[in-house]
Amino acid sequence: MYNEKVMEVFKNPKNVGEIEIPDGIGTVGNETCGDIMQISLRIENDVIVDAKFKTFGCAAAIATSSTATEMVKGMTVDEALKLTNKVVIEKLGGLPAQKIHCSVLAEEAIKKAIEDYRAKQAAK
Amino acid sequence: MRNIYFDHAATTPLCEEAFNKMKPYFTQIFGNANSQHAFGREAVKAVDEARDAIAGFINCRPNELYFTSGGTESDNWALRGAAHACAKKGKHLIISPIEHAAMLSTAKALTKEGFTVDFMKVDADGFIDLEHLKSIIRPDTTFIGCMMANNEVGTIEPIKEIVKIAHSRGAICFTDAVQAAGVLKIDVKDLGVDMMSMSSHKIYGPKGVGALYIRNGLLIDSIITGGHQERMKRGGTTNVAGVVGFAEAFKIADRDREKNFEYVSMLRDRFIDRVLAEVPFVKLNGPYKKDRLPANADFSFKYIEGESILFSLDLAGIAVSSGSACSSGSLEPSHVLLALGLPEGLAHGSIRFSFGKHNTVEEVDYAVEVLKQAVNRLREMSPLFKAQGEIKNV
Repeated sequence: MYNEKVMEVFKNPKNVGEIEIPDGIGTVGNETCGDIMQISLRIENDVIVDAKFKTFGCAAAIATSSTATEMVKGMTVDEALKLTNKVVIEKLGGLPAQKIHCSVLAEEAIKKAIEDYRAKQAAK
Repeated sequence: MRNIYFDHAATTPLCEEAFNKMKPYFTQIFGNANSQHAFGREAVKAVDEARDAIAGFINCRPNELYFTSGGTESDNWALRGAAHACAKKGKHLIISPIEHAAMLSTAKALTKEGFTVDFMKVDADGFIDLEHLKSIIRPDTTFIGCMMANNEVGTIEPIKEIVKIAHSRGAICFTDAVQAAGVLKIDVKDLGVDMMSMSSHKIYGPKGVGALYIRNGLLIDSIITGGHQERMKRGGTTNVAGVVGFAEAFKIADRDREKNFEYVSMLRDRFIDRVLAEVPFVKLNGPYKKDRLPANADFSFKYIEGESILFSLDLAGIAVSSGSACSSGSLEPSHVLLALGLPEGLAHGSIRFSFGKHNTVEEVDYAVEVLKQAVNRLREMSPLFKAQGEIKNV
């Protein structure tokens, strides 16, 4: 069901963990659905310089978390907000149809982390 | 790369004895068992012998045994056939909440035809609450069905007690023995059940063949209507090679039953005890050893999701299955674990290991080591798992 690329990323995911004092952090999903994703970002001058994730979920959720965090590094926050699950799936060479919803979480978690960053900036 | 199969509750490899016995029935003895000529007579002889043999293993008469395409068809036939046949008497059906999808989906379909389905209650280990069962039987209850042993958590149900309760209230009692037949000693006359489903491929027989025992005197409707096969109860050309293989596999299973039970239980107990001792935050689903299928060990791993455990083990060459929503393709976790009262998080984190006669102690020990590493790795990735000082089991 999963292609080799997805399995490879699941086996050796990048950016696992949590940034200690994040500039933005977002958690989406819930235990009832079986998927929770947390993405924390370090942002300098509106550019994402580091991204880490923690995910409770299936192999697809873990692989998309890894790939999405890889992709947003170096992006400005505006660019990262435009990142869609579709692009992440393409990067992974596709996901089985019933796994598409798992990839939406990564997109949502990044958006939520950026919202958090902007709220923190506004409060400063 | 290792190649370890711990998913025998899903299916088993065909045993050599059954395979060899089946071979002539594909090319040489290919007759239709319904034909009058010599080719047909040779085929029907093989089918009769298979029927006699299996009837002997469960202590019924050969004419009480009907060959089907497998457990799902047998379940469909028993439930739908009995519900329809008794519809004038009543339209109330009772099944357990931990039945196979073959029963649950059929029951759901029957509700659309005006039948009412109520569910038994199970306790935290999956055992039927007999007092509750008594309380939900109505004068119009016609059918009571409960599996003999659960495919997911291995609980062996008190079928004899359920039969007594059903019969005292005038209801038909059915059991799905797909996981039990060939593993546990079954005597249908002693149990008193009216109908029982069986499957070949769970006991090292070929896929695509099973049987339904229907007690003589009980009349149920057919669901597969066709020719005169199976005493006009089940249409369709008999799968001659399949039933020959089924009977041979059952013969071997029956012959080696005690030996296999003891050996596979030993593997299971070693695995269960090591996992409980060495993996923190784990819950054994189903009863601890007693009244549990010898092959089954089912665990929930807190803070992590089952499908990711399944693929972590798969990468290390170990085949298991999971009750998580993600591995079933649905959004709901296992209905069995939810019926046992597990919170959804734990139900999502479940893995079933089902052992077989070819597995070894060395494989079990290897799996424990791989499992420990996989669980640790996934917990490090989990936002739910914070540094826990004390190691304890839930």
